Amino acid sequence: MELSSDNRPAIEFRQVSFRPNGAGDIVQNLNLEIRRGETLVLLGRSGSGKTTTLKLINQLLTPTAGEILVDGRPIRDWDIIRLRRLIGYVIQEIGLFPHFTIERNIGLVPKIENWPADRIRKRVGELLNLVGLDPRIASRYPHELSGGQRQRVGVARALAADPPILLMDEPFGALDPLTRAELQREFLQLQTRLQKTVVFVTHDLHEAIILGTRIALMDAGRLVTLHTREEFLTSSEPLVMAYKDAFDTNLNNTRERS
Amino acid sequence: MNVWQFVLQNHVELVELILEHVWLVSVSMVLAVIVGIPLGIAITRWPSMNKPVLGSANVIQTIPSLALFGFLLPAPWIGERADRLAILALTLYALLPLIRNTYAGIKGVDPAVVEAGRGMGLTNRQLLFQVELPLALGVIIAGVRVATVLLIGLTTIAAAIGAGGLGEYIFRGLAMVNNAVILAGAIPAAALALLADVGLGWLERRLSPHAA
Repeated sequence: MELSSDNRPAIEFRQVSFRPNGAGDIVQNLNLEIRRGETLVLLGRSGSGKTTTLKLINQLLTPTAGEILVDGRPIRDWDIIRLRRLIGYVIQEIGLFPHFTIERNIGLVPKIENWPADRIRKRVGELLNLVGLDPRIASRYPHELSGGQRQRVGVARALAADPPILLMDEPFGALDPLTRAELQREFLQLQTRLQKTVVFVTHDLHEAIILGTRIALMDAGRLVTLHTREEFLTSSEPLVMAYKDAFDTNLNNTRERS
Repeated sequence: MNVWQFVLQNHVELVELILEHVWLVSVSMVLAVIVGIPLGIAITRWPSMNKPVLGSANVIQTIPSLALFGFLLPAPWIGERADRLAILALTLYALLPLIRNTYAGIKGVDPAVVEAGRGMGLTNRQLLFQVELPLALGVIIAGVRVATVLLIGLTTIAAAIGAGGLGEYIFRGLAMVNNAVILAGAIPAAALALLADVGLGWLERRLSPHAA
């Protein structure tokens, strides 16, 4: 599956707000263009609206104002099921189906898209290789795998039908630091090869800097800054500074203590 | 005369009563499953139906069984034959555990799993049949088990309106003040309930999804 080939942004937010009944704005007046093939990181603390922003893209949530375009087309003109199948989705809790084997988990979207069985089996083997897993685990169940393996399966599943867009919601958040670093490296290699349009949510500054081609800093439902990685590192905007300080201080404190 | 002598003398009739009992329970359970499970699914989809449906099923459950059999007596077609009457009443009793467990089972599915499925582009129907129902199956079967055991006990009372089953012996024994006859009805009924409990318990464990 592919998006049309001209240079329209893959995803575009036009003055989008999300204000569920009774609550305040969770996302406020968001304008954002996500380019084809880039990894855009949505960075921010808990409750800053980054996960909500992600769910607005695959229509798990519907904006209360404004317009979102995918491949230049307003989202409400898309068939919602069609749209979601063009968008791979990886979440922190992984959401693997516990009653399906790894093979069925990864092959689910191809299956409901009516791929023939042998093509699905081949694709599952390919994907397990791609994410660095032994294809022999295909017949196992999710609870038989480690957290890192499950997360890899989550990525493989999102890539199954070769969607042009990937949404990743703190996919590595629950992993131990070593496994996380390993998966981040592998993600970078994978992304160099696959060139997907990726929207990646994290609250971890290091992760944002390692993975993002551009970093969108969100706070209280607003987009505060949108920088390339280099601009972000040199930026002197107060919130960016605060974020960098928090991480630096953490590191310095740890160094002093040890 | 002790229980064994009575059973030996009446074994043909006893087998008939057991079969009648099993038949009443089975037909009622099948009907209750056909009605109860879809209702349980429906109230997960339309939350506003939740209270009225569970409330009604709850109210039915609080009506004493003998009274419910009596209430239904004037109903057309149903009231004409004791077994129809018994089956309707038993079906109504079995609804609550089925509706409640179906609802609880589906609501108990990990929201992350459901959201992942929805985000991947499963239709509501695919989500229900491929994800939610299979994951809720253990809890739903637990409801079937509770309802079945409940009905096996309740069906003994159906003999009071002449629907047959093992209650025949219990009521006859009560009238004759003969413990042997009461036990000839009560022991097989208890054994049936145990059997159903163990069998469905096994099925429940078999069908429960792998731990996440």
